[in-house]
Amino acid sequence: MKITKAEVDAVALLARLELTPEETETFTGQMDAILAYVEKLNELDTSGIIPTSHAVPVENAFRDDAVRPSIGVENALANAPDRVEGFFRVPKVIE
Amino acid sequence: MELFDLTIHELHDRLQRKEVSSVEATKAMLARIEAVDPQVNAYITVTPQEALAAAEAADRRIAAGDIAPLTGIPIALKDIFVTRGVRTTCASRILGNFVPPYDGTAVAKLKEAGAVIVGKLNQDEFAMGSSGESSAFGPTKNPWNLECIPGGSSSGSAAAIAARTATATLGTDTGGSIRQPASHCGCVGLRPTYGRVSRYGVIAYASSLDQVGPLTRDVTDCALMLQAVAGHDPMDSTSVEVPVPDYTKALTGDVKGLKLGLPKEYYIAGLDPDVKRAMDEAIETYRGLGAQFVDISLPHTDYAVATYYLIATAEASSNLARYEGVRFGHRAEGAANLIDMFRKTRAEGFGAEVKRRIMLGTYALSSGYYDAYYLKAQKVRTLIMQDFLKAFEKVDAILTPVAPTPAFKIGEKTSDPLRMYLSDIFTIPVNLAGTCGISVPAGLSAAGLPIGLQLIGRPFGEETILRAAHAFEQATAWHTKKAGL
Repeated sequence: MKITKAEVDAVALLARLELTPEETETFTGQMDAILAYVEKLNELDTSGIIPTSHAVPVENAFRDDAVRPSIGVENALANAPDRVEGFFRVPKVIE
Repeated sequence: MELFDLTIHELHDRLQRKEVSSVEATKAMLARIEAVDPQVNAYITVTPQEALAAAEAADRRIAAGDIAPLTGIPIALKDIFVTRGVRTTCASRILGNFVPPYDGTAVAKLKEAGAVIVGKLNQDEFAMGSSGESSAFGPTKNPWNLECIPGGSSSGSAAAIAARTATATLGTDTGGSIRQPASHCGCVGLRPTYGRVSRYGVIAYASSLDQVGPLTRDVTDCALMLQAVAGHDPMDSTSVEVPVPDYTKALTGDVKGLKLGLPKEYYIAGLDPDVKRAMDEAIETYRGLGAQFVDISLPHTDYAVATYYLIATAEASSNLARYEGVRFGHRAEGAANLIDMFRKTRAEGFGAEVKRRIMLGTYALSSGYYDAYYLKAQKVRTLIMQDFLKAFEKVDAILTPVAPTPAFKIGEKTSDPLRMYLSDIFTIPVNLAGTCGISVPAGLSAAGLPIGLQLIGRPFGEETILRAAHAFEQATAWHTKKAGL
């Protein structure tokens, strides 16, 4: 077993997903198979290999530190599920 | 020959000669969509009012003597492209009725050129899929056989070309999502080099792998679309300041002396007989045109799928963290507290494939597993990139199949995700290497389903693969074949 149901539930919490018991069961089996498959990467000796995080040789893509207009409060709130004045409203965070 | 049967360049010629108006062409396209799309389900949103307004503006512009190659042409966009004032779903429930307040750069460029956007196309949810079956809006069907998948994730983008419900479309390709559906639907699909086209306004799946590209009826159209959208963008810091050449000048028809590599890892013993036949014939066609073949090896090919499904899922788990019901989209009701709201919103809003990939990615990045999975995959990625760079010292382009088989039946691979993932084997390496690849129609299977061939170019080598693709197309008639609809 590469992954247990308990681990799947722990990952679901990290990923802010709520799984049904059926989903936990199904995902455990599927993730187990996939993780077993990706083990094949261990056939390769990668000591001394620099990891690739970026596909093309671009570094430090800066722009001038100048203020530019942004989309504005109304646009930013236009799709809000719940808003109050200039704010997004959410369930209470601090008790 | 109906107006919706014309390619971009054919329609452009008629518009320029004032034989037809953009409004006429757009109306014909909208009627075609209404007639045919219920069977295909390529569209999520059709925008007739906006399209006709754009067509009228295009006609005024043309009358004033101002016409660009895409002016007045009916184009549709994968619903991953954010479009101002037009609902954008990414084929997911989690975006709810999200209406973007801005256009992405590729979209803005098409509009500036005078293109007429007719609608938003179906896809695999958040670009995660290879069949078009993973959409909250139902699967898209392959116009060549409605019981078969069109491929994915740019399923609607390819199906619309095959069904003649768009003159050209835009898609995205993270692991093959333009090239593979193009192959399955008998059209041209190009994945440009990473950084060639801006990703601003493209809903992110895997940020180091995603790239925008066209799906079209022929290679000339493909060059015209790439021309319109390519270029550095200050809003996308991963876009590159490499000058954009005139891609249409690459279509010389001459491939004499062009060195094409045949990687032994792609021409495996068990290759599907229809695919093998198409590739054998393609090799003969290229020989007849004067191209030369070089046997090469891309030794780490076999590790590409595993590498991809660690890197892409890890990046996706990060990118999709923003969908939490706070600022836009769906928000679950009845949550006990904020975290509960996040968990319920995401449970209700995401489909199974998306959840699966988020889970895999989260696991691969989690404390204790990061080195063994994500970091390891990034190192193997370097090896895969090096394979290609070494190969391009010996050849100008690499010729391979696109998909191991022609389009399979809807439902055939949905219960076994790993089996579905393994079918991306020929396209994924290109994304990991960050380079460009094009799929062109190269045959039909015994059952009448399209088969494409792939040309892989060196980074920013789009001109070479366009030239090679165009020469092949002009020497064969596959791009003129029509699906029955």
